[in-house]
Formats: sequence, structure tokens, C-alpha cells
Amino acid sequence: MTDATLKDTAARRRISLPAIPVSVALAISWILAMLVIAAFAEKIAPYGFTQLDLRNRLAAPGNVAHWLGTDELGRDVLSRLLVSIRISLLIAFGATAISAVVGTTLGFLAAHFRGAVEQLVLMLTDFQASMPFLIMALAVLAFFGNSLPLLIGLMGLFGWERYARIARGLAISANAQGYAAAVRQLAATPSRIYLRHILPNIASTLIVSTTLVFPEVILMESGLSFLGLGVQPPMTSLGNMVGYGREYLTRAPWIMLAPATTIVITTLAVSVIGDWLRDRLDPTLQ
Amino acid sequence: MGRYFAIRIGRAALTIVLVVTFAFVVLRLSGDPALMILGPEAPPEVLAAFRKAWGLDDPIWFQYLDYFGAIAKGELGRSMRDGRPAIELVLERIPATLALTLPAFAFKVALGIPAGIYAALHRGSAIDRAVMIAAVAGFTVPSFVLALLLVLVFAVQLGWLPSGGQESWRHAILPIATLGLGGAAVLARFTRSAMLEVLGQPYIRTASAKGVPWRKVVTSHALPNAAIPTVTILGFMVGTLIAGAVVVESVFAWPGVGRLLVVAVANRDLAVVQCILLLVALTMVTSNLIVDFLYGFLDPRLRAKGAHA
Repeated sequence: MTDATLKDTAARRRISLPAIPVSVALAISWILAMLVIAAFAEKIAPYGFTQLDLRNRLAAPGNVAHWLGTDELGRDVLSRLLVSIRISLLIAFGATAISAVVGTTLGFLAAHFRGAVEQLVLMLTDFQASMPFLIMALAVLAFFGNSLPLLIGLMGLFGWERYARIARGLAISANAQGYAAAVRQLAATPSRIYLRHILPNIASTLIVSTTLVFPEVILMESGLSFLGLGVQPPMTSLGNMVGYGREYLTRAPWIMLAPATTIVITTLAVSVIGDWLRDRLDPTLQ
Repeated sequence: MGRYFAIRIGRAALTIVLVVTFAFVVLRLSGDPALMILGPEAPPEVLAAFRKAWGLDDPIWFQYLDYFGAIAKGELGRSMRDGRPAIELVLERIPATLALTLPAFAFKVALGIPAGIYAALHRGSAIDRAVMIAAVAGFTVPSFVLALLLVLVFAVQLGWLPSGGQESWRHAILPIATLGLGGAAVLARFTRSAMLEVLGQPYIRTASAKGVPWRKVVTSHALPNAAIPTVTILGFMVGTLIAGAVVVESVFAWPGVGRLLVVAVANRDLAVVQCILLLVALTMVTSNLIVDFLYGFLDPRLRAKGAHA
């Protein structure tokens, strides 16, 4: 059954590959480029991201030595941008993975135990959905101070309630379907039923939700870093660069424009891919 | 109806309890309050006296109840920066925040809702496409980038408007535009899809088929039904006004609650942060309650259900 479905989707994918719209192809290439940059940031970067070049301070973009110009300490904007992309993507991927795992697990627990557990999970999802995340995140940062692991963990609390709601709803309806009942009759343990049978069947919807949460995590992290409360110097992230570039808006707008453009295009690309996946994988989620 | 509201009010109270619990847990997890307030150099006797005075030696559940009691009485602690009651600091910033967020909210509604309705009624038109593009931009361009772009164009390049501060009404234009533009795009897209959803319903076809003029179909069948989801998102927007102001007030050096929050977080001024957290929760809960109340008026089905329940 699983093999057949796999082959089936593989075949469908092969046939329809040329049918990928140009916008989606561009979005995928952009994301792939971002991933390559994130993986090899320090190797590709022409300079160290903290390396000073005091003779070339606030150099405009377009010169041979510094394609994207330099900041007021003569640090190469391109090199900083590449390292920032790595940090921002690391946080975004880490946080999205945490929130997907936590949310799906809680959703499954709610669907499995029902009763009090379900009420508790639903209460927490309502609470999370009703409080603006930025405010809660700021409160936690105020109380605990800041570090990269804490920031990733904190951002991992973002969006979990959506996975929990979706996973709970879909698992409840899957439980009522034949295949779940069949494996249950075959004495499969609950974890086997949920992880091996129900999860693959609802994965497409969860993946689509990921494409919605991921760009929001990028925006949230860059917002926090922009305010100076996220990633701390000397480390840099896209939001940090924008926040820093803001001081030089009049004299050197390129410091802020390069990371700002990267944020906008990346969130746009993920949304474009997400919309396309949603149409392909999950016609019910319109 | 009564039961409907009783449940809503119960949930609102529960949310407030959860926020207070959240603040309490985070506060206690983050370290010994005595050490944090008095500093690590404080002599042990002073620390002990402080703990005794503030009940920090009591069992944790007792402290928890105490904490609730203090908050219920409006005792939200003092700012560690200047020693004034945190609630005073927060309250005096509220007018400045409202001066930005209320006009921005009016702007969002005045621009977003008509644009969304028009786009839905003229699907595929130039305006429809413009609304969709604006909506995508509203989602992908974060407010701090939009704010800086507006500053770059209108303050730096054109020199028409000041880039920050609160001296005159001209200082408020760019922050209001930043808040309003992003929100209007979101609202337009939301209204559009709510309208499209309603326009696809069988009762619209029935109304058209029995010869009701299109204008009347829209005003008395489509709009009232599309109002329900739109009111939901409006309520959510009212609830997130302060959160939205955090970034914009920081960019434009506007002395409101949002900026106070950022400064308080950077200084770890816990009493102020906690006070703003509660203020946000109260705003959120109140706006949700108002939305629920409006549902009662907008949706006759809810009234009927409430009467029978």
C-alpha cells in the first residue's frame, strides 16, 4: 500500500515536473541557493564577517573589492549577509522543527486520550493563539536573558498550536477510518499506529502548515533581532543587520537594504512554494 | 444567549488566569527575586529579611495565590529603573500608543474592507490583482522594513516628513502609514476571501434566480454574511494593537507602550514587562469578548441556539 502510493506519487511527480510554474521554480531555486549559502557561508564569503577594512569604510556597493559595499567599520556587507543567512535559517529551521514535533505530538496525545488531556491541549492552543507571540517572546527574553539555544527554543514555541490543532483533528478522523482500525485489531501499539500509519497519511497537510509557519518564524526572529533583543553581536542575523543598518540609513542605505531584500524574497519564496504545495497536496486546505 | 456569554466570559477569565500563571512561572524560574532586586552583593540578613517581607519563604502555592491577590489589588510592583509603580509608567504611555494605533486602525478599516469587497465583486480586475499583490507584500515585508523604506523615501530622499520623534502631528504620519498599510493589505485579502466564500453559496444563487437586483443581493445577502469572519479578524487586530506598535514605535522613537516594553526588556525591568504583559492580555480578552458579543447580533443562528441551550 505504502509502496504503491509512493510509486504512484513518484510517477505523478515525474510526469508533471515540466508543469512547475515559473514562479515556483524561481522560488525553489532561491531557497536552494539560500540552503547552499547557509551550509557554506564562511567558505563562500570573500572576507571574514567581522574582518575590518578601515580604509574602505561605508564603501558604496558595486566596487570590485566589496560587491555589496561595506559598513562603517569597513566590514564587507556581502560576507556579513552570507553569515546572517546561515544564522537566520538555522534558527528558522530549528524552531520550525521543534514546533512541528511538539505540536504534532500534543495533537496526537489529545486525539488518543481525549477527555482531560484533550481539554488541556485545546486550552493551551487557545491561549497560545490568543496572546500575541511577540509579547510573550519579549517577556521570556526579559526574564531569562538571551542566548542562541534559548532563542531557538523560544522560537520553537511559535506556531506549535497550529500543528496541534491540525494533528488532533486529522488523527481523530483517521482513527475512525478502516486502516487505523485494522492495524489496531492487529495489536499494533498506539505509537506504531500514530507514527507509522496515521502520520504518513496526514503528513502532506502538516508539511503545508510548515510552509506557513517557517516564513513567520523568519519574520519573528528578524523582528526580535532588529529590536536588538534576538541574536546578539558579534553574531549577526538578517534582522540584526537591518537594525544596525538603520543607524546609517542616510549615508549607507545598502547596509540595511541587502538583508531586508533577502528577508522579503525568502519569505515570499517559501509562501509561493507553500501555496503551490497546498494546491497539489491538499485540496481541502484552501 | 445567556449561556453563550457565560461560557465566553468564563474563557476570558481563564485566559487571564493563564497569563498571570505564565508570568508567575517565568518569574520564579528566572531566579531568586530577592537576589535579582537587591543584587548579589546584598548581605545575607538583608536577603533573608526581604524574603520574609515578600513571603518568598512560603510554600510555592501560597506565593502563587498571594501573587494573584496582589495583581487583583493592582499591585504590580515598582520599576527597577526609577522606582515608580510600574502601572503608572505603563498608563502614562498609553495615550501615545493610542495616538498611533487608533488612526492606523481607522485607516486599515477604511481602506482594507472596501478594497476587499470591490476585489471580490470584480474578480480578476486590475483592482483585484492589486489587492492580491498588496496582500502578499503585506505578509512578506516585515513592518520594520516597511518603516525603514518609508523613512528612506519620505524623510531621507524627499525630506517631506520627519523620521522620528513626537513633536508634531507630522511625526505621526509615517508610523501610522506603516501600521495602516500592512494591516489594510491583510484586511483586504481577508475580506475578499470572506466575500468570495459567501458569493459562492447557494442562497446567493437563489436570490439572483428569483430576480433580486444584484445590488440588493450584495447589500442584504452577501455583506451581512461576510461580516461575521471580517469582525473576527478586526477583533484580533484590536487585540494585537500593542504588539504591532512595538516595532513601529521603536523605529520612529515614539514614546508609547511598545517602546517602553522594548526598553524594559533590554533592561530586564521585570515589573514593567509583567505589567505590559497583563495589559496586552486584557486588551486581547476584551476585544475577543466584544467580538463574541457582536456575533450575537450579527448571527441570528447563535441567538437561536443560545435561546434553546
